[in-house]
Amino acid sequence: MSEPSLEVSGLSFTYPDGHEALRDVDLHVHHGERVALLGPNGAGKTTLLLHLNGIFRPSSGKVRVAGLDISDDSLMEVRRRVGLVFQDPDDQLFMPTVGQDVAFGPANFGIEGEELERRVTEGLGAVSMLGAVDRAPHHLSYGERRRVAIATVLAMRPEILVLDEPTSNLDPASRRELIEALRGLPITQLLVTHDLPFALELCPRSLVMDDGRIVAADTTVEILSDDVLMKTHRLELPYRFDPRRLGD
Amino acid sequence: MVALLVFVLAVVAIPRQALWAHALAGSLLLGVIILAELPAGFVLRRMIVEVPILIFALLLPFFGRGVTTDVLGLTLSIEGLWGAWTILAKATLGVGASIVVSATSTVPDLIRGMGRLRVPRVITAIAGFMVRYLDIVAGEFSRRRVAMASRGYEPRWLWQTGPLAQSAGSLFIRSFERGERVHQAMVARGFNGRIPAYGEEKVAARQWLIGLAVPGAAVVLALLAMPVL
Repeated sequence: MSEPSLEVSGLSFTYPDGHEALRDVDLHVHHGERVALLGPNGAGKTTLLLHLNGIFRPSSGKVRVAGLDISDDSLMEVRRRVGLVFQDPDDQLFMPTVGQDVAFGPANFGIEGEELERRVTEGLGAVSMLGAVDRAPHHLSYGERRRVAIATVLAMRPEILVLDEPTSNLDPASRRELIEALRGLPITQLLVTHDLPFALELCPRSLVMDDGRIVAADTTVEILSDDVLMKTHRLELPYRFDPRRLGD
Repeated sequence: MVALLVFVLAVVAIPRQALWAHALAGSLLLGVIILAELPAGFVLRRMIVEVPILIFALLLPFFGRGVTTDVLGLTLSIEGLWGAWTILAKATLGVGASIVVSATSTVPDLIRGMGRLRVPRVITAIAGFMVRYLDIVAGEFSRRRVAMASRGYEPRWLWQTGPLAQSAGSLFIRSFERGERVHQAMVARGFNGRIPAYGEEKVAARQWLIGLAVPGAAVVLALLAMPVL
């Protein structure tokens, strides 16, 4: 089997205050796969994400991105390969215009001139936001900002796209636009979400995380159909939602 | 921005006795306002910032010293009258020009302009961040005020403002935390302490010419009005 896009093995992390946020986490995402990471609030999902591109360094264990270990030397390359999209687009979009913000990532990796223009166009085009290139982020709707935030990492041409709660605070129409945008991206994706129908719609495979551990890894239909598992880990489907009927 | 600076300096340099030069500079400005299709009401409303200066200017003739003259039964200082006129004319022209620049340029353009004028990158970056996040913090603060008012909090007196101050304090902490998250997001995209330049295309000589036409004319006016020439 080819080298996974993302491989985490034996990852543990303890915050300086002694809180054990991750315990012996193992997971892998293969090239071109779309995987959901589910779990209740405080399970350690966001902490895990911050390990994937070396913002946090593990207390023990390893993270490999497309065969590359995270080290001081590889840090920049790892950050280019892992496109991390944060939950609040206002944290991610900080430049005065959308175009400048999308250019920020690739420019940090030394891309300039016409190629940089091309990256901006490509990133915004992939999420249907080309028209916003000269607008200020605070003049966009929340859903538009979220899509621009995705464009800002797509412009780096990452190996894997990692999204933290991409559907939170979106109205149903914006949510639908986001799903279509993600479906159209030919790139490996790891989606952290509470939105279980969203996970079912986009991701054939899911992981469940609770209390700093991966507690289940299976097809999304199987996981959402396992009532005991769902209840134990505080996961809940919408009223009268039957994953078995919708899964096929 | 260069144009604004040159224009203001030129207006300041016009000798105060040269009424005609002020009038011409004023009509230049008026021409630009009309060309830019700025509504009169908009310009007048923004001119309100000038009011405190005008009040000060109007007081000058009453408190000025030296030779006095009688106007409508009031004893006014001639020196003070000239002083008032100078402030009135120059302030109005300066404020007018600033309004034209701010109304016809977007904030990103102004920040880019600062960058082109070799303002250090750190300063332009800070200005950019400020513009970007001022909106968000102000929005957060007003939502909190609404939430407080919804629970019956309507401060009328100074000693009732405690919760407001506490709210401002926690807002500060939250903004600080947001700063941390923004920094994480920047680092995640390879930030290494230097904000890269983007979209700062070179300005054509023609654009410089157009931009400097009006201030250039004002400089000529100032020179012509110099008594030594």
